[in-house]
Amino acid sequence: MSIRLDEASPAKAKPAGLRPVWFAGGIVAVLVAVVAGLALGPVSLPPGSVAAELLNLLPGVRIHSGLNDREVAIVTQLRLPRVVLGLLVGGMLAMAGAAYQGVFRNPLADPHLLGVAAGAGLGVTAVIATRTATGDATSNLPIGVPLAAFLGAIGAVALTWILGATGGRSRTPATLILAGVAVSAFLAAAQTFLMQRHVDTLREVYSWLLGRLATAGWHDVLLVLPYAAVTGAIVLSQRRELDVLTVGDEEATSLGLHPQRSRYLLLIAASLGTAAAVSVSGLIGFVGIIVPHTLRLLAGASYRAILPLSVLFGGAFLTLTDLVARTVAGPAEIPIGVVTAFLGAPFFVLVLRTNRSVSP
Amino acid sequence: MTAPEPRVAVGVRGLTVRLGGNLIVDRMDLDVIEGEWVTIIGPNGAGKSTALRAIGGLLPFDGRIDLNGTPVDRVPRRERAKTVATVAQTPVVPPGMHVLDYVLLGRTPYIRPLGRESRSDLAAVDDVLNELDLERLAGRRLDTLSGGERQRVFLARALAQGARITLLDEPTSALDIGHQQEVLELVDRLRAERGLTVLATMHDLSVAGEYADRLVLLAGGRVVAAGTPREVLTEDLLATHYRVKVRVIDGEQGPLVVPVRG
Repeated sequence: MSIRLDEASPAKAKPAGLRPVWFAGGIVAVLVAVVAGLALGPVSLPPGSVAAELLNLLPGVRIHSGLNDREVAIVTQLRLPRVVLGLLVGGMLAMAGAAYQGVFRNPLADPHLLGVAAGAGLGVTAVIATRTATGDATSNLPIGVPLAAFLGAIGAVALTWILGATGGRSRTPATLILAGVAVSAFLAAAQTFLMQRHVDTLREVYSWLLGRLATAGWHDVLLVLPYAAVTGAIVLSQRRELDVLTVGDEEATSLGLHPQRSRYLLLIAASLGTAAAVSVSGLIGFVGIIVPHTLRLLAGASYRAILPLSVLFGGAFLTLTDLVARTVAGPAEIPIGVVTAFLGAPFFVLVLRTNRSVSP
Repeated sequence: MTAPEPRVAVGVRGLTVRLGGNLIVDRMDLDVIEGEWVTIIGPNGAGKSTALRAIGGLLPFDGRIDLNGTPVDRVPRRERAKTVATVAQTPVVPPGMHVLDYVLLGRTPYIRPLGRESRSDLAAVDDVLNELDLERLAGRRLDTLSGGERQRVFLARALAQGARITLLDEPTSALDIGHQQEVLELVDRLRAERGLTVLATMHDLSVAGEYADRLVLLAGGRVVAAGTPREVLTEDLLATHYRVKVRVIDGEQGPLVVPVRG
């Protein structure tokens, strides 16, 4: 567990919340990630020029960046949509992970462990697999993909919720995670079955499955933006409720809260966000655990800090991870889901070891 | 002129609670007058905690429960939380939460959805921390405190709710006798200063009798005796319902119950 140095401080304690220094840190992290994401790659550009070119996107700003037309096109047309999508997807996955952890009162809850991602994955696979093969993995995703992903995600989380209480036992974080594992396995099997039945689109589905920001264009950004806005607004509106939920349902009720109402609202919103993220970027695991958990250790246990910071640091994290994915084995790209899994699996073990009790 | 009618803070009529198909509380009647301290005693499984949770509006029930004259199940939750505060038997200790934030949770019924703590919420919490001598611990993590300190923090959260009716489920079960006394004296002082009505459950019969104005003896979900500690803590009644041989000694503050070997 973390040890806070300010514990013995005689200074007057302040209520938990988003500290300005952390918020500023989050903004800096995002800016660093954006400039690095735009500057580095097969063609490396000076960060200062890239920053100037970014400012030029603002109305009324005209700075000479020193980049030629081709380099400007690389920054604004090739790399920028990818970076923006990374920010959106990373922010949503991290925020959804934090929300799930609060709803289930379990630090290991994650869209992937609850079957949500698998459900969304099945939904997307169903749409891609059954449409006419284009043979081109870079073509735009059909507009119905986020909706199919959302239906899959909600179906999966509902199934996990129901199975988590089978046999008359009450739902505990442990039974929910076990149910989530079972649901994930089932949905993954259904997905594999679908893929086998539609071999013509196998390549397309597979490239999407491994997680990709590579094909990102503004189309994907626009597709996911409304979902991100709705998810963000709902989840952030419930940040104080999530803090109250940490004392358990009965005590939260005695404090005047409707725990189930908050929980359902958060589940739906987080699943919507996860579904939207999965539908454009494939299955990118562990972001929802790594980011909120690190923030919990560093910035405090309050969801009023964790949720907004998860959006910022989650976005920065995924953008930087994507940078690693596309440069480390250059010119080839490693699927980003592989990179997050390489980082995430050991981290997961670390969380397990440092949490004396996984079910608080 | 006649003296004003004493106000009933908690009025219970025919309270019946079933949990998982089992009858736990059976047609219980109880009146707690404003400012009074009533403690429910009874053997394990008698239904003490269940009755208390139902009165706090936390369990479905049959019968009628009035808090300050209004049926508990007809008051919106937030309003109810301003009327009655419950300290659970073993409150959840959220990992990593600081004392100040924990006590601030007590202000939840006063904070609008989407809102945040106002200055008056912070002032109310400061006041409570001050009164319970917890200011020094405000920045500490709850999970690093001792049992006695924690119990004071649990009480502080309930007080921060600003509710006049306080329900305490075994408030001292985890404490040594020194801290037991400290916490109960604190409750008694707060009752006098803030005009609280206290309804508690307790296992230690002597201690229960020392602090409560009246005792209610529950057995098998039914009220089998109610009255002053001297009326309820008798060798016969306790022998019958606890199935134990006891001696009751007349103490300064009330009867002292000592179990003796058969």
